[in-house]
Amino acid sequence: MVTKAETKKSEGDEKETGEAHAYTPGLKVKKSMTVDKTRRLPILGVVFPKVGDRVEYNEVIARTEISGDPEILKVAMVLGVEAEDVPRFMLKKLGDRVEEGELIAYYSALFGLIKKRVESPVAGTIESISEITGQVIIRGAPIPVEVDAYIPGTIAQVMPREGAVIEANAAFIQGIFGIGGETHGDIHMMTESNDQALEADMIKPEHKGLVLVGGSLITLDALKRGVEVGVSAIVCGGVKHQDLTTFIGEEIGVAITGQEEVGITLIVTEGFGRMTMSQRTFDLLREFEGRRACVNGATQIRAGVLRPEIIIPHEAKAEGSEEALSSGMVPGTPIRIIRQPYFGAIGKVHSLPVELQQLESESLVRVVNIELEDGRVVTVPRANVEIIEE
Amino acid sequence: MANLKKPTEEMKFIIATDVGSTTTKARFFHIKDGEWRFLVAGEAPTTVEAPYEDVTLGVQNAVREVEELTGHKLLSPEGSGIIMPYDGEKGVDLYCTTSSAGGGLQMMVAGLIKSMTAESANRAALGAGAIVMDVIARDDGRQPYQKIQRIRSLRPDMILMAGGTDGGAGSHVMEIAELIKAAEPKPRLGVAYELPIVYAGNKSLRTEIENLMKTGFALQMVDNIRPVLEVENTEPARRAVHELFMEHVMSHAPGYQKLMQWTDIDIMPTPAGEGMAMQLIANSYKQNVLGVGLGGATTNVYSVVDGRFVRSVSANLGMSYSVTNVMKEAGLDNIMRWIPFNLDKEEVASRLMNKMIRPTTIPQTLEDLIVEHSVAREALRLGLQHHRTIATRLKGIQLQRTISDMFEQAVAESYVEMMKIAICAGTGGLLSHAPRRVQAMYILSDAWLPEGVTRMFQDSVFMMPHIGVLSTVYRDAAWSIFDKDCLVRMGTNISAAGTGKLGEHCMTVELDMPNGDHRKEELNFGEIRIVELGERDEAKCKITPAKEFDVGAGPGKERETTVSGGVAGIMMDARGRPLYMPENESQRKELLLSWFRSVQLYDEKKLEALI
Repeated sequence: MVTKAETKKSEGDEKETGEAHAYTPGLKVKKSMTVDKTRRLPILGVVFPKVGDRVEYNEVIARTEISGDPEILKVAMVLGVEAEDVPRFMLKKLGDRVEEGELIAYYSALFGLIKKRVESPVAGTIESISEITGQVIIRGAPIPVEVDAYIPGTIAQVMPREGAVIEANAAFIQGIFGIGGETHGDIHMMTESNDQALEADMIKPEHKGLVLVGGSLITLDALKRGVEVGVSAIVCGGVKHQDLTTFIGEEIGVAITGQEEVGITLIVTEGFGRMTMSQRTFDLLREFEGRRACVNGATQIRAGVLRPEIIIPHEAKAEGSEEALSSGMVPGTPIRIIRQPYFGAIGKVHSLPVELQQLESESLVRVVNIELEDGRVVTVPRANVEIIEE
Repeated sequence: MANLKKPTEEMKFIIATDVGSTTTKARFFHIKDGEWRFLVAGEAPTTVEAPYEDVTLGVQNAVREVEELTGHKLLSPEGSGIIMPYDGEKGVDLYCTTSSAGGGLQMMVAGLIKSMTAESANRAALGAGAIVMDVIARDDGRQPYQKIQRIRSLRPDMILMAGGTDGGAGSHVMEIAELIKAAEPKPRLGVAYELPIVYAGNKSLRTEIENLMKTGFALQMVDNIRPVLEVENTEPARRAVHELFMEHVMSHAPGYQKLMQWTDIDIMPTPAGEGMAMQLIANSYKQNVLGVGLGGATTNVYSVVDGRFVRSVSANLGMSYSVTNVMKEAGLDNIMRWIPFNLDKEEVASRLMNKMIRPTTIPQTLEDLIVEHSVAREALRLGLQHHRTIATRLKGIQLQRTISDMFEQAVAESYVEMMKIAICAGTGGLLSHAPRRVQAMYILSDAWLPEGVTRMFQDSVFMMPHIGVLSTVYRDAAWSIFDKDCLVRMGTNISAAGTGKLGEHCMTVELDMPNGDHRKEELNFGEIRIVELGERDEAKCKITPAKEFDVGAGPGKERETTVSGGVAGIMMDARGRPLYMPENESQRKELLLSWFRSVQLYDEKKLEALI
């Protein structure tokens, strides 16, 4: 049987073996770092604070108005006249303001025996009267749009008429997947250890408004209970696919989330299925128990990856630079395996063979040898590990 | 516009790139002994997002890899571009690129009637390489306010509007135009520029359209896409889309102004380049082609049937970012039906969800590979299903029906019939990186169910877009590289259409092998078998189907032809069309395993361990 390795081998294939850092960047789990949040209006408007101002998480920092929804009225059809005659029967002209229910066009014939009227279904402004289609468009009142600060901090930069960048010192934890949008709440640990599941009967009325941290799994009943009680957010290691589907009411097709209206924000730190939460994440959350967290489940896994986040603002700044960029893998680099057969296992880079190696699947790829916590050395593709950023 | 530094016949080195959404891929070509060949590849992450926001950085990194591998200097100092022309020592004579970074070209399409002008406009936009976000039509079943809400929520790069035949009634077309205007759509890339709109509708409304759209839009008018009902004329609209893509969309994407100055030919959307490559196959072999680009996020299907080129894009069918959407659309049961051993459904679903959230991981175990291959079959199947809704006969025309048609339930909507397809071609990571070449051929056969005699091709190291864009200015070089270094000939599929009873005779295949041997293969219904035949070898072939089966000459009729070999060989498929799959689970698994074993799809020992 012919395998790929034995067939067409161009210089291009040779090159693919020369990639330097084939790994997935790890998720950030930082005790202290400077977090920048850019808050932007969808269209130009007014920005209130100036550079150096202190803002609170729920403070409105920018406001604008988007034009109201248009309402299209088929005036010619309702009046039973030709499109080109519509202007003659209009009681309002272009730019006029109209109220809901106000008469805007009127037609009578046969000495008043036939009367036809068009009333505006909305309050707004006459934007167009067409002699070609006989349609009249009424533009509804402008819709206000506001942007709040989301995290408490200092205004580091103002983009005139667009928004601002807020800076704060905080603990910063990224999840792998989430649902639900921005919310806030005090952190509360629900399980003793990172491998315990968060069950429904553990959630009590006093958990209302909190950010609950579970261990390895959140069950469907616990999610429902969280909504019932009014929990702000739940953070846990894993969730079952079927439970999430039932909870949201539909299957997740592509990972662009954050807009779900399910009454709670959920952040999964490891993946789908029962997954022990990384010890480092669990310990960090425990350290900040009782502190207020800003949480966002929005996830977008495409170019320009957006991961769900937990931001816990605090004043204790870390010493030294925490923001050194990962330099890739070298022997000793702590890593986590992110695919079967060793999914979730943590270890250290043992060695990085240069030659391509054949996997069980018969693919020839670059691999990394990893020394697991139990001392075993295993071989996995470089694409299947992520660096644990320390 | 092409602005070549040298006449093509004097060229010595060419570099082409594809700026993908995650990776920028450079391919370096050279003429040696009068023959254009692929030399080396370089790849680097695309730099369209913050903090870089300049695609040329990724292009330089990819090209630098080529420099390092070849020692051939290509980059001019201080990031000012590519050295051109080749001076005997450094540089290239031509640089061209495709791009799909930042989500590619995203369009909204509008027309009057959903199945007529809107459908034609949709085909034109897809043919230009766009992702069509929505198709608005007067009869699309939505209320005007719903259409307005939808348009307001979209942020397209461009709108293509069609509607009406030339000289026909105009007020309904104007209603659609007024609706679009009232919705005030905003362009995706920044609020600072006017949204491009191409009008390809009723010519007699041009003045009214201009009056309505002159503010707030960058309007361009082209010939009607359906001047009369019987004619579809998508080319002018497609060209206009491409021009506006360069002028408005590309120039607003980060770094593209610079990249446009570096290239000798207009930047082309990646799917448009891939489509060109598919057309190159069709033109060179003078046969009908069905091709696919099975990517991580999207699946593009291309058909060239009787000279008509159509592309479809299934924006959310793919093998990494969109893998769970395949599960959603196909249903988990349809994925599971390709797996010949016991595996818990929730486990498979969780694995796919985990692939989606960590899209760059690859299968390490055979079990995982088989799961991915199962998903690929469904993505390909759904991609073709979608393609058939785009590649349709023109509607709104009275069909000439023969007596025999009258006995059929209905005339098929799509003209893409597998018996008419002579070549299937595939590109994309999963197909190109399949550990055994036979896997790509087998998966494509399972998903698309070719009928009769079909040659199967595959892209070697992902360079179809590069070849496609190159073919627009230098066809001979493009074909030479394509033929020798890009197209992997997987072999030929011989499939009998029809259905029968398991174990009963289906067809006899006789092959006159290049070494003089005469082989006679008897296939019973439910069997699949491979005969090895080298990549550049051919064999005379006589296929005799049983009376219920058709191999292209009609039911039960013998067919004589020449078949071409490949890295997999000649695949003789008597599993039926539609594919026979027992409903009983254990029988299905048993049959699947017998097929896998017959074509040596996977390592036998490892497969055995999974059962």
